Amino acid sequence: MSTIEASPEVGHDEHGHDHDHPPFLAHHFDTPEQQFDSGKLGIWLFLVTEVLFFSGMFCAYAIFRALRPEVFEGCSQFLNTKLGAINTGVLLFSSLTMAWAVRCSQLEQHKGLVGTLAATLSCAMIFLGVKAIEYSHKFGMGLLPAGLFAYDPSNPHPDPAGHPPYLAYICAPFALALAGVLVWLVVSAVTGNKFQFAIAKPLSVVCVCFFVGVGLGTFLESGEESADHVDVHADPNGLATASVMLEAEESAAADAAPAIAASGAMIPVDESVLEILATDPTNVGVVSGLNALEQQTAAAGTSTVTGDGAILGAITTTEIDVMTPTTAGVFFSIYYCMTGIHAIHILAGIGVLVWLLVRAVRQDFNRQYFGPVDYVGLYWHLVDLIWIYLFPLLYLIR
Amino acid sequence: MSSHAHSEDGHSSDGHDFAHPMSVQTLLAVFFALTFLTVITVAQASFDFGAFEVATVMFIATVKAVLVMAFFMHMLADKPFNAIIFIGSFVFVGLFVIFTLGDSLMTSHSFEPRVEELAPAVAEPTITTVDGAP
Repeated sequence: MSTIEASPEVGHDEHGHDHDHPPFLAHHFDTPEQQFDSGKLGIWLFLVTEVLFFSGMFCAYAIFRALRPEVFEGCSQFLNTKLGAINTGVLLFSSLTMAWAVRCSQLEQHKGLVGTLAATLSCAMIFLGVKAIEYSHKFGMGLLPAGLFAYDPSNPHPDPAGHPPYLAYICAPFALALAGVLVWLVVSAVTGNKFQFAIAKPLSVVCVCFFVGVGLGTFLESGEESADHVDVHADPNGLATASVMLEAEESAAADAAPAIAASGAMIPVDESVLEILATDPTNVGVVSGLNALEQQTAAAGTSTVTGDGAILGAITTTEIDVMTPTTAGVFFSIYYCMTGIHAIHILAGIGVLVWLLVRAVRQDFNRQYFGPVDYVGLYWHLVDLIWIYLFPLLYLIR
Repeated sequence: MSSHAHSEDGHSSDGHDFAHPMSVQTLLAVFFALTFLTVITVAQASFDFGAFEVATVMFIATVKAVLVMAFFMHMLADKPFNAIIFIGSFVFVGLFVIFTLGDSLMTSHSFEPRVEELAPAVAEPTITTVDGAP
């Protein structure tokens, strides 16, 4: 980025150039093209550091997924694919408007530049609004990072009065921003400050868009709730134990339900560890111990145990319950870390885009000086790029 | 940009432009291609490709990333040096992830709870000594 305040005369004299030094050209550059290329190299280097920064989180993701693929498969069911897909589309569209904004700045289409920047900002706000619904919904269900993870399968939707109003907390800063911008809009209109009014007008639309995103997210989340999540949460006996057992054994679907419930109540959470160890046939002690546990549980339930130790009337294979605080919490730690830092990048992008919007209203950019728009565009596309990978890796695990 | 021939003799202010505006058609075409690929990647999630699943989604995501980089980030029209720097970072990301993942897969089993430690827990399931096991 350049110091645009550099006075043209000083550069003129010091370098002895006989061409006129335009006000946007910093004195230590010979030509606008040199200034543009230097800035571009700088922003590419910054993007490299961003890629390496995010690679640490992708590496953590790869390690935990390689070690516990079933945890990722199970917990991914709690992420709403519809919301993720909508957010992907919104972000792709914002990338389009950002690339279009660069085109507008190169062609000196000042009105178009303000419009495309405002569209990009609005998409960013819709993205955050949808994200607010996703986060608050999961906070309310207790689907929190390891250590705070408090999801209760028998009570997946606790009484909203029992936990803080997460959505209100997330929305509060944006509501304040909206109120502030609206006040600014009115004041600038009343005082007749045309420049400030031209900035406040698109910004108020941008702030409203956050709540458009919240509404969109609420709509899609409620639709998902009544359609796809029925078989996850709605259990006729209110005894749903392992909510990730989406593909329950068909043969045992009806009469084994009480047995599942009983097993969930009887066996301590570390059974998953035992089952993993029991897959190794050399661990005879663990295998027999697990068999004994299963027989004991089955006998306590409705099924009967015959003399040779076979269990009748119970499901023969159980899926590993991955919804224990230590295992599922790690998935949600990774989920919140990756999407949260991505959201912070969106917020930073909103900050620089607002700065661009102000300068676009001031008509700072021309075909010789469009660097800032191009640089912010590159950053914005990188944020989009990261989401392109995050979406399938987190939301689309079968 | 790609016009080095001009930069030798004069300055950009003499009329020649280093800006290469991308045509609206190209921008829209790339956007619709990206949207189409997103629909495909969501649709494939309902089929079971087994072990190829991760490879499939990563391939589609990489195609999308290449589209974004080549057109939206103007990499095709940009100086090759910038592209080399950026693509080069992914080489190091690859090294980082492959070595760390390989190390994790080879050594993590030594941090799993050992069988002799688990044995009492099997005999008496009420003991919860392995609760903190990963």
